[in-house]
Amino acid sequence: MRGSRWRRMAFVLVVAGAYGLVLAPVLAVVVISVFAQEIVSFPPEGFTLRWYANAWEKREFARGFVTSLQVAFAASAIGVPLGTAAALAINRGFGRMDGLRGAMNTLLLGPLAVPGVVAGTALYLFYVRAEFWIDDDIKGTTLGLVAAHVLLTIPWTVRLVSASLQGLDRSAEEAAANLGARPLTVFWRVTLPMLRPGVVAACLFSFIQSFENLELTLLLVGPGRVTLPVAMLNYLEFRVDPTLAAVATVQIVLVGALMLITDRFVKLSRVV
Amino acid sequence: MGTLVLEGLARRYGATVAVERVDLDVQDGELVALLGPSGCGKTTTLRMVAGFVPPSAGRVLIGGRDVTRAAPHGRDTGMVFQSYALFPHMSVGQNVAFGLEMRKVGRAERERRVTEALRLVRLEGLADRLPRQLSGGQQQRVALARALVVNPAVFLLDEPLSNLDAKLRAEVRFEIRALQQRLGLTTLFVTHDQEEALTMADRLVVMDRGRVRQIGNAEALYERPADAFVAGFIGRCNLLRGALESPGRFRAAGGATLPCAPGAAPADSVLALRPERVSVETRGEGLPARLLAVTYLGAQTEYHLDLGGTKLLAIRATPAEDDPRRALAPGDAVTVHWSPAEARLLPALPGDLVEEAA
Repeated sequence: MRGSRWRRMAFVLVVAGAYGLVLAPVLAVVVISVFAQEIVSFPPEGFTLRWYANAWEKREFARGFVTSLQVAFAASAIGVPLGTAAALAINRGFGRMDGLRGAMNTLLLGPLAVPGVVAGTALYLFYVRAEFWIDDDIKGTTLGLVAAHVLLTIPWTVRLVSASLQGLDRSAEEAAANLGARPLTVFWRVTLPMLRPGVVAACLFSFIQSFENLELTLLLVGPGRVTLPVAMLNYLEFRVDPTLAAVATVQIVLVGALMLITDRFVKLSRVV
Repeated sequence: MGTLVLEGLARRYGATVAVERVDLDVQDGELVALLGPSGCGKTTTLRMVAGFVPPSAGRVLIGGRDVTRAAPHGRDTGMVFQSYALFPHMSVGQNVAFGLEMRKVGRAERERRVTEALRLVRLEGLADRLPRQLSGGQQQRVALARALVVNPAVFLLDEPLSNLDAKLRAEVRFEIRALQQRLGLTTLFVTHDQEEALTMADRLVVMDRGRVRQIGNAEALYERPADAFVAGFIGRCNLLRGALESPGRFRAAGGATLPCAPGAAPADSVLALRPERVSVETRGEGLPARLLAVTYLGAQTEYHLDLGGTKLLAIRATPAEDDPRRALAPGDAVTVHWSPAEARLLPALPGDLVEEAA
């Protein structure tokens, strides 16, 4: 009996330790955002909300926030349907050509494996070429940024929607066809609603991926069209004070709220 | 010509034959069961009728119309799936209404027919529930109502009872049959459960390894099986290997010589003898045998017998308490007897399951 009690305690400690380790940076950011002194040090000299006020006054953060929102919305709106279509093709479209199916899957998940800076550089070079061909600006425009961020959303969508598809009871689709539904009707009325948890999760993750991305974005932003993470990095080049922690805290709260709201509609723990 | 006709229907996957050749004519209002062990091709046959599996050869005709190349949505069949396949995101009412909606039936009539279909399966008042809020038996009835409501030319049932517990299964079996007869539905029913098939079907198609072994009603299959597989699959049967010694005398592999029906023996034949047609006596005329085991089953008693090296099973109504046979125990000497006409010589295909029942 004694042995099992010790084991239980050890288990609780390990779990608590793991959670602590994962949450520590997040908590640190939140705590630092209310420290009074400019250069972070322990113990704090006092607590203040001045950094939040400061962040609000710096218009580049507000503008970056709006740009990030726009880009994340647009990238998700384009990437999720594309990724869903790709997931459908991968899981159902290749008949017995498993080799081709595997290759397609790897290709679409590829952007996850390429470091953001490398992908950003590659895109930058590609945009320079493309600008020459079409004789118009791409880098530094919202359109160029959205196109790049679509690349971030596709692997997540393919992954999440594929998982949903593999768990889907195909006989429900057959039942719909049997009852007289044409293939497109089967898709809209039965397949897509049954994939909803996967698609909603894909929207959420795509949005967060795009919203928080720094590395890929860094080279592709232009003057006046800066995303929030890039705005934060720019600020860091001149000042190191808890203003950034304040901005980050707002971001953490927003993403957390988004996940909670999503969880009300589909249980995220079931799809991810 | 029947409402549903299958002509030389076959399906191959590369070198593998799933269904070799099925010819079947289902009459209007008839319930035909496709019966066989798993992998015998019965579900593939049903799915070819529904249009989910394209046949490699042959034709499917529904109501005289060739639908072999038609898509599933253009066939006018109503299918009930083994997993029920209800739409999880739609209410019971929406599930049942789906087929009517696809047929562009007006809203008022749709509601009327959905209510009627739900009443038919005794689920009135549950139209607003979601499928997951229902029990397995209720979900099954929703699936039935959904297929029935569109009034299909052919009703297809794919092992619809296999996910229900034993008690419910017997109940639903009776209900489906009553409904089918009342509405005069032309039905093709797939099952691996012989009792289910025997009690529900007008005719049975016994299949094994892609081949139709015999088509007939319950009595024909039981009393006049076409081969050893059918004899062993429908009910219990003593199937004895051996050879015909002389007309009416069969020499079983174990060594015993047994009386059998006269007539020529086909090659690779086995002797098929139903255990309940073997009488067991403590004395009198017949073949001497020794009891190996006696199993009391209430209404019936099973006698496992040894006839000079050949094992045989006999099943008799349990004798009365004052009957000397009641006291029989393993090791006792008995005499056994059967009418020679009951012992049939049947062909056995290579690979057929031929085992001594005793």
